[in-house]
Amino acid sequence: MREILDDIERWRAAGKRVAVARVIDVDGSGPRLPGAAMAVSDDGEVAGSVSGGCVEGAVVTEALAILEGAERRIVTFGYSDDEAFAVGLTCGGTVHLFIEPLDW
Amino acid sequence: MDAASADATPIYEALRDLIRAEQPVALVSVVDGPHVGAKLLLTPDAEPLGTLGDGDLDRVVTRDAMGELDAGRSGMRHYGPKGQAGETAVSAFIESFAPPPEMWIFGAVDFTAALANVAKVLGYRVVVCDARPVFATARRFPMADEIVIDWPNRLVDARGSGLGPRDAICMLTHDAKFDVPAIVAALATDVGYIGALGSRRTDTDRRQRLRDEGVTDSQLDRVMGPIGLDIGARTPEETAISILAEIIALRTGRPAPSLRDSHGDIHR
Repeated sequence: MREILDDIERWRAAGKRVAVARVIDVDGSGPRLPGAAMAVSDDGEVAGSVSGGCVEGAVVTEALAILEGAERRIVTFGYSDDEAFAVGLTCGGTVHLFIEPLDW
Repeated sequence: MDAASADATPIYEALRDLIRAEQPVALVSVVDGPHVGAKLLLTPDAEPLGTLGDGDLDRVVTRDAMGELDAGRSGMRHYGPKGQAGETAVSAFIESFAPPPEMWIFGAVDFTAALANVAKVLGYRVVVCDARPVFATARRFPMADEIVIDWPNRLVDARGSGLGPRDAICMLTHDAKFDVPAIVAALATDVGYIGALGSRRTDTDRRQRLRDEGVTDSQLDRVMGPIGLDIGARTPEETAISILAEIIALRTGRPAPSLRDSHGDIHR
């Protein structure tokens, strides 16, 4: 969070809305610890990261959907037998993110 | 005022200000349960801000979160609707924002700038201390958060009680006149890492002088000297990496070859 405050403040000053994704739990090998955070502005700018670059693209999509009115929620990325998990971590772990608008 | 900044975000703004002031703060968010998104902001000194939706739940979570904040940990906890243990109706993410760890570097020498730079990359608040005002200048160490012109042992005596397991002291003077009293003072603190630069001969001599000062063998075990991992570091920058890598390895308990525990030439 610390490292993305300047970007968040810049976006807020410009009247943009902001969503924040935070790592809340990691199973197995994960590149970032709980608390790692990434912010997305409503026009698609990004600050910070929640993995080694494996899932950030999908997080932007989720964050923009939440800024457009989808419910704040936990999003999980990781290896699975389920074909629906198109996005995963190359390190084989599972990362749970909480994505929400910065409205608090 | 535009629409976005007119929205009230009191918890975020308090969190932002506390993080920037490097004050300890914990943010609790309900991520699953009846009040997803509910927040509680906790500091050791001020009144809590926000609620998770139930007064009993707030009380239990506050107790847990303050423990996590003390340890600098972040993670998930599960509770019943009123904070009951062993239930899972509410999932809360407790995020600790601890102040940055401190690295105190003693000796304003050519290795100091390199070590200060690498320590900054890893998020330390860096203090450079040297008794000689000609060498300990902000011009030579622009990356340092603080420069103290004093004998290192006097700095430790004055402020060492604030050091904890996440903090580090690195003696780079390789001058027994400064090192020995500073190490004696550092051993009286809870600082997590004490490292001392120098050749094997310097280190052997320094350990003898410390014993002569009454330092016990078990106390000497806390001193990493010669400082750093045995990775063949030569330049000040490589030495800085070997020191920070040693600090990481000691924290995580992983096996990595410290120079203190190896033999033979440091530079081969």
